[in-house]
Amino acid sequence: MNSVEIRKTPLNAIHRQAGGRMVEFAGWDMPVQYAGPMPEHLAVRNRAGIFDVSHMGEVEIKGPTAEETIQRVTCNDVRRLAIGQIQYSALITPKGTFVDDILVHRMGQNHFFLCVNASNQIKDYEWIRDHAAAGSDVVFRSDDFAQIAVQGPRTLDILEPLTEVKLAAIGYYWFAWGKFAGVEALITRTGYTGEDGFELYIHPDHAAAVWMRIMESGERAGIQPAGLAARNTLRLEAKMALYGNDIDDTTTVLEADLGWICKLDKGDFIGRDVLLKQRAEGVSRRLIGFEMVGRGIARDHYPIELDGQPCGHVTSGSPAPFLQKNIGLAYLPKDHCAVGTEFNVIVREKPVAARVVPTPFYKRAKTS
Amino acid sequence: MYPEEYLYTKDHEWIHVQGDVGIVGITDYAQHELGDVVYVDLPEVGDSFEAAEPFGSVESVKAVSEVFSPISGEVLEVNAKLEDTPELVNESPHQKAWMIKIRISNSEELKEMLSAEEYQEYLQELSGA
Repeated sequence: MNSVEIRKTPLNAIHRQAGGRMVEFAGWDMPVQYAGPMPEHLAVRNRAGIFDVSHMGEVEIKGPTAEETIQRVTCNDVRRLAIGQIQYSALITPKGTFVDDILVHRMGQNHFFLCVNASNQIKDYEWIRDHAAAGSDVVFRSDDFAQIAVQGPRTLDILEPLTEVKLAAIGYYWFAWGKFAGVEALITRTGYTGEDGFELYIHPDHAAAVWMRIMESGERAGIQPAGLAARNTLRLEAKMALYGNDIDDTTTVLEADLGWICKLDKGDFIGRDVLLKQRAEGVSRRLIGFEMVGRGIARDHYPIELDGQPCGHVTSGSPAPFLQKNIGLAYLPKDHCAVGTEFNVIVREKPVAARVVPTPFYKRAKTS
Repeated sequence: MYPEEYLYTKDHEWIHVQGDVGIVGITDYAQHELGDVVYVDLPEVGDSFEAAEPFGSVESVKAVSEVFSPISGEVLEVNAKLEDTPELVNESPHQKAWMIKIRISNSEELKEMLSAEEYQEYLQELSGA
């Protein structure tokens, strides 16, 4: 793979025709917005949005020791995962920090399919390959898949006419293989928006046709193409971590408040020793959600002051279009993480008051 | 679209000169590029700025953009309405969403600015580039 060349997904021409504003992201030419982050964000919360997420990476692991390999390189417990089920997990360094956060799909007893971040896909593949048990076949599959996400309360209505697969029967974080819009697809009930929705993994050659069929089917429901900007504000309202901002190889899973994906009792895995010690001693800092109290918008990397002293920075910050608040995420010292704790975000050299709030900021009302 | 009686900068601000006072805002092109404006940060009355110095900022969901003073001078008044209704910048960039009134300290600086016609030619160059 050429790291200098900017790559295009098979949907590039469609984005340009739809008025997408294109930017470079993780080495890919991607739409940051079409109608604008605000209307796209609200379309996903109220109706449905369609996203090109073909830049995401895929890694397949199979062979008699595949489960052993996954158990070794991830912190979640894959033995809890049934065939057809999906788990949010992370690849962990020996320091207990993130190589990446990933989705693990169990295709078979010793067959797994991972969805990984675009910017990390080569690193992840090499990491898994280098730490795999003998008898595991680790395959880089990113070039074999385009990925389309459809998210929002109208998603089922829009997608059901396009497939014989009983989509409503697929549980949250489960998947099915089947024909979708006439082509073979891995259909997963997952997403990065806090809404109900599906992600479709299809061959790149079919991506444009599948996109058009979904757009046609969703026209009456008001489906809206949505870009990276809306994807970011949607995931932030749902407090889903972004690798490179909220988590990276300097933050541990426990510091990131992701203890629920960290199964320390599952047996040995890379980074476990450090995490066991950290759990016993307690973390020194923790990722919290905050809301601006004063006038001002916290943005990524803005400095933070606690009791007048510099105290790290905002890892993700933005106006929240649905909540109509200015929100963000940051690491605070463990004694200052309680809901209601006040601190300052430095906005263009001026301190502006912020307050720790419960997360997720947004949680959809469950209908089923 | 672009009032004839205003002057414009290549940073997409406009100024409407009335005697020794200039009323300043951002252009329709600028608001369109920004998208939905969710926040406007303005200076205090009494603050002074040099020409081309940032006097405030306008924020959309995605980005923060500085707004530059077209001329040097002291701020006489700020548009407090933008605090609660930043969307005025999108709805009425050339009228209701004026941002500051500034006392013009050096009227020579106005000669550097573009007429409505020149500004629109400049926009055409930008879109052709």
